[in-house]
Amino acid sequence: MKVLVAMSGGVDSSMAAALLVEQGHDVTGVHLKMADTPSGLPGKGCCTLDDARDARRVADRLDIAFAVWDFSAVFAERVVDDFVSEYQSGRTPNPCVRCNERVKYAALLDRARAVGFGALATGHHVRLRRDADGTAHLWRAADPDKDQTYVLYMADQRQLAATLWPVGEHHKSSLRAMAAERGLLTAAKPDSHDICFIPDGDLAGFLRPRLGQRAGTFIGPDGQTLGSHEGAYRFTVGQRRGLGLSGRRQPLYVTAIDGQQVHVGGREQLRSSRLLATGMSWIAGHPPASGGVTAQVRYRGRPLPCEIDLNGEVADVQFSNDEPEGVAPGQAVVFYEGQECLGGGTITRSWSQTSAASA
Amino acid sequence: MTIYLDHAATTPVDPGVLAAMLPYLQAEHGNPSSAHRAGRAARAAVEHAREQVATALGVAPLDVVFTSGGTESDNAAIKGIAWAARAAGRGNHLVTTAIEHHAVLETAEWLAEQQGFELTVVPVTTDGIVEVDRLLDAVRDDTVLVSVMAANNEIGTLQPLDVIGPALARRQVPLHTDAVQAFGRTHLDITGWSLGAVSLSAHKINGPKGVGVWVQARDLPVQSLLHGGGQERGIRSGTFNAAGIVGCGAAVELAAQTMTTEVPRLRWLRDRLLSGLLAVDGIGLNGHAERRLPHNANVAVDRCNGEALLFALDMAGVAVSAGSACQSGATAASHVLAGIDAPADKAHVRMTCGRSTTQADIDTAVEVFGDCVKRLRDAGGGYL
Repeated sequence: MKVLVAMSGGVDSSMAAALLVEQGHDVTGVHLKMADTPSGLPGKGCCTLDDARDARRVADRLDIAFAVWDFSAVFAERVVDDFVSEYQSGRTPNPCVRCNERVKYAALLDRARAVGFGALATGHHVRLRRDADGTAHLWRAADPDKDQTYVLYMADQRQLAATLWPVGEHHKSSLRAMAAERGLLTAAKPDSHDICFIPDGDLAGFLRPRLGQRAGTFIGPDGQTLGSHEGAYRFTVGQRRGLGLSGRRQPLYVTAIDGQQVHVGGREQLRSSRLLATGMSWIAGHPPASGGVTAQVRYRGRPLPCEIDLNGEVADVQFSNDEPEGVAPGQAVVFYEGQECLGGGTITRSWSQTSAASA
Repeated sequence: MTIYLDHAATTPVDPGVLAAMLPYLQAEHGNPSSAHRAGRAARAAVEHAREQVATALGVAPLDVVFTSGGTESDNAAIKGIAWAARAAGRGNHLVTTAIEHHAVLETAEWLAEQQGFELTVVPVTTDGIVEVDRLLDAVRDDTVLVSVMAANNEIGTLQPLDVIGPALARRQVPLHTDAVQAFGRTHLDITGWSLGAVSLSAHKINGPKGVGVWVQARDLPVQSLLHGGGQERGIRSGTFNAAGIVGCGAAVELAAQTMTTEVPRLRWLRDRLLSGLLAVDGIGLNGHAERRLPHNANVAVDRCNGEALLFALDMAGVAVSAGSACQSGATAASHVLAGIDAPADKAHVRMTCGRSTTQADIDTAVEVFGDCVKRLRDAGGGYL
């Protein structure tokens, strides 16, 4: 099959390309230029000239065709602008979810099919399983520490029918060893952790020039004003450090963001027994019929048993014993049954047992 | 098998050119500036190449300077003439056109932004040709240099140097011309058109990469870009690239000698290509239909994304181009297409024939092009 591999210049997508070549596919690599980095300065993260070159050299080594496509305008419009406006609205967006939803498995997949590829592959750590009738199932990666199903919950059957994720079958350490065996220069390249378009990790520094000063107040657990801040977008639900509220008996956490008001409270107030989510997407095409479902509310969160009540487009999710901490509106809630990812949606609000509705 | 229709990007080295070069990469390894026998042998080859170029261009051998290519020639001429004129108190103003090659435009903009020159960039018509009156109106008493290309690298349009050159000469304003695409493919009259400085590149005419020609009239003052050992009349230091220069001389001679047969052949192939492409619904020509290089076709394709169409053609074994490549390797938006108001939502594809192009290549390319366009349109055009 003619397969297009999105090659970021990292070890995972390098190995995705290598494995597909070895499986006998007709592989072409494409590097997506997601941002303008005209200076060519060395940098970490994604989408630097170093990454473009690394991707190209891996493609050369594998003797596959290679191209660079300019996605910078699409990425800025569909991911970065959305990221900024979500923070402006007091939510905590997940740009990787948006990128997969609106760029990689939308614009890129459509382009790949339009120019004649049968499938698109990326270096994501997830596993695909297909029934005899072709129905696709999304499974957590073989390496649980690297699992990326959380940012791919929105995949539908049409997309999965044209997708390959070969690296999800392997542990990261063995992928590095396999890359080294194959002489790929990305074998020892460090993992990227930060948001790719904020390579220095300074979120507030990225948002400040875009959102400016938006003074507001900190509201304590009993509704009292505890202090002032220069913009609610600098805070995330669950955040403890950098609040500038020292000298308290117990550590304070951000429990909710409401306009320019940042609510803070004790750790126990971070727990939520219930949340609402919209924009529900189910990999099977329909919600799960049976119980035994778990929900995960952040990228590296724990899946917790829950009950889902669907009212049209809105999912009402209740946790019984084990309650998640730091549920942030704007993040995804993703549902699992064992190792299988069922789908998910975007969190709009949550409740804790000890306080009234937040956000 | 690949059908190569990107001869405006570069051309294969002609076997005769390569054969002429080889001795100077092997046995004749002397430095042409050395006084001994080995040096003299290499020097003789360099001077022979200089004469080949001078003869082909109709200029004196000492007006011919060898460089590392078209970009260096453009930089050396524009910066060198501008600096020298300003130092002599003649003025501070430069004029060029909106569709020059980056090597000209970026150089002129650098002089304006970093060196305090004033720059007027004259727009072109939607046909891609500079209007003579508009250009001459932009010239002032303090204009020290005008740079107008002979033929555009993307859309192939020929600029009216036969009128511009003499008009500027009457006003005693020097004219530099980037003739990298034009030489060997269209008439170029350096003396008759009063071109004070001209840039050529060997690899565009079946010569090697990394060597070019800078014609710099000796009565036109110039400052040096590269200081050093004082080679090339002292205006371009650096050890002579003997093999490259020999290849450049051979390529220039070959191009000049075969023009009378090669130009009509290229035009016939290009016209056949163009009539095939234009027969497809929703494909139009970019640039003037007649006043263009004989090997150049540049078309606008409705309902197709350029990046996607280029990629589809590459996958189908047809090598063409659009715009110019940015550092990462993505295709950058073209200032030339913007300069002729070409719509950004169409695919713009340049196809350029060369010495090795055959009728069978053209017929296959037309067929593949039509298939790719149809498949892409059926799939939505490949837009992001």
